[in-house]
Amino acid sequence: MNSPHRSLAVRELGTIEYSEALELQAHLIRERREATIPDTILLLEHPHVITLGSSSDYAHVLLDAGELEKRGIALFEVGRGGDVTYHGPGQLVVYPIMDLKPDRKDLHRYLRDLESVLIKVACSFGVQANRDPSGTGVFTELGKLGAIGVRVSSGWITSHGIALNVSTKLDFFKTIVPCGIRDCGVTSLERELQAPVCMAEVKECMVESFKQVFSL
Amino acid sequence: MPQMGESIAEGTVSKWLKQVGDTVERDEPILEISTDKVDAEIPAPSAGILVEVVVEEGETVEVGTVLALIDPEGIALVDTTPDKTLEPDLPSGPKKITELPDLVEPSLVTTQTSDVSQSAEERLRTRSTPVVRKIAAEHGIDLANIVGSGHAGRVTKQDIVAFMGSSGATGADPPTISAARARDGVPIQSEPSSLWDSFYKEVQHPEYPVRPADQVEGMDKMRRLTAEHMVVAKRIAPHVHSFIEIDFSIIDRIRTLSRSRWEAQNARVSYTAFVAWAVSRVLRDFPMVNSVVSGNNVIYRGNVNLGMAVDLDPGLIVPVVHDADHLGLIGIGNKIVDLASRARARKLMPDEIQGATFTITNPGVLGTVVGLPVIPKGTSAILGIGSIEKRVAVVTDQQTETDVVAIRKRALFSLGYDHRIVDGADAARFLSALKEMLESFPEDA
Repeated sequence: MNSPHRSLAVRELGTIEYSEALELQAHLIRERREATIPDTILLLEHPHVITLGSSSDYAHVLLDAGELEKRGIALFEVGRGGDVTYHGPGQLVVYPIMDLKPDRKDLHRYLRDLESVLIKVACSFGVQANRDPSGTGVFTELGKLGAIGVRVSSGWITSHGIALNVSTKLDFFKTIVPCGIRDCGVTSLERELQAPVCMAEVKECMVESFKQVFSL
Repeated sequence: MPQMGESIAEGTVSKWLKQVGDTVERDEPILEISTDKVDAEIPAPSAGILVEVVVEEGETVEVGTVLALIDPEGIALVDTTPDKTLEPDLPSGPKKITELPDLVEPSLVTTQTSDVSQSAEERLRTRSTPVVRKIAAEHGIDLANIVGSGHAGRVTKQDIVAFMGSSGATGADPPTISAARARDGVPIQSEPSSLWDSFYKEVQHPEYPVRPADQVEGMDKMRRLTAEHMVVAKRIAPHVHSFIEIDFSIIDRIRTLSRSRWEAQNARVSYTAFVAWAVSRVLRDFPMVNSVVSGNNVIYRGNVNLGMAVDLDPGLIVPVVHDADHLGLIGIGNKIVDLASRARARKLMPDEIQGATFTITNPGVLGTVVGLPVIPKGTSAILGIGSIEKRVAVVTDQQTETDVVAIRKRALFSLGYDHRIVDGADAARFLSALKEMLESFPEDA
């Protein structure tokens, strides 16, 4: 009803290291909490990295440290919700640094909203993605297309976020049990469409969908 | 454990950022919790010293559970026997971290001080879990009467189930606690059935594939609640509908005769007001239509509270005219206009949308001839008013006693009723009585 007027800043960061993104997020969380910046979304890609969320099981990382290093895959334990996931080239990662106060203070709603964003983006490429009652994220018949893992810091400030497989080399997911779901395949927009997809276009759709879902 | 979202019932303590003995500032993060795919920092509700960690890392607890104690005065008062200490008797000082001002809606903002002068509402909130409060509300039980076996005297589900099994339960709902009694000396028994949770309470809507040209939008809160309510209402009550046609000639005459007087009084008496007035009087003679099936009992409501469905376009809300049978025609009319306008302005108070014992909906205002309304959960019947329009009717001329074709303002009424408690003949008698009341409407109503 009486949603405060919000604006959205979009930062395109290209490809950045996972550790760098962590630092940037920590910094932006403080700024957002102090209201020196508006709601902000970071659009980026990471080099190969496996991250473990708070409910992660190490058994879901299928390679040992040596093997990971040989393949150039970094490993991080991070303070976001969810199990293990993989990020890498061809995957659009979005980190919303948003203040959920005063009218969006509901974690489930936030997750469902992020799913809506992913569904909308997939939809604009003609890919039917759906929620799955068994877990967070969006799925097609072939598998998981987009993953979600978020953190809400003191003062209802969000960080971490969503990862959408655009042209991700899906073989890398074989190094983990994605989100702890053993039977779950993974898919990408390119796999769904059997055609190349332009990352810039996906980013555009992503920003648009964000604005729609969050009424920004 | 703070309430982090409407559908979130529990959370897991993933990490304590502060240890017992640490000084904490107000709003400083002191622990992290995780729920589903979200990690969240929980800030301290007040400054002080963390004197006790109640819930350890890795434990999952319900919303409202005490997580830790903070002593605002900095006196390290460590209570070593928290499990046996009733909350109101705690030594003054420690503040419980249950629901945190920064994380909850204003109505829930209560950082508990352990004052003896705690309000009943606060006691209720802190001494029980949502599940227990739900059971208590359904069975009209005052939690203050139960000795809790949980931490700090909290009432657990086992406690309330045991309490109901013993003697305290009345089986009534909160508004009529004192008035409830068993009819015909049948003892009232109530047991929370697990069926409630598995079938009657949880609603999951099946999902469908999205096609390329489609738009997918989340349902807003009102739509979600309405959708759940409708599914549950249909699951619980076997619906039957009966119809009757009612003539508005007399009512039209009263409206014409009274128009100038009502205008002078600034009174707003719609057709719906006439119907609500008549319904509230007729309901007195048909208690089963103003009742609800509750377990193996029937609760006959002691009040006549009429829910009046209001179209918000989009959305729908059902404000309640409480004790309608004590209001006059003008009183009901004005009340309906007031509730409807405040409903559209989103300015209703919570108790103005609760407690309906019977509902009236008016699909006719939009031209519908008749509707088959869904009976709202917790009641046994709903009346639908079809469009009131001029129709050709065969009437008997009173002077010549011959049948003639006349033009009469009429409407089809539908009564949707819970067939577990209202028989078809009851419904027919109710509708006939309503028809008679409306077709010979008292001029002094």
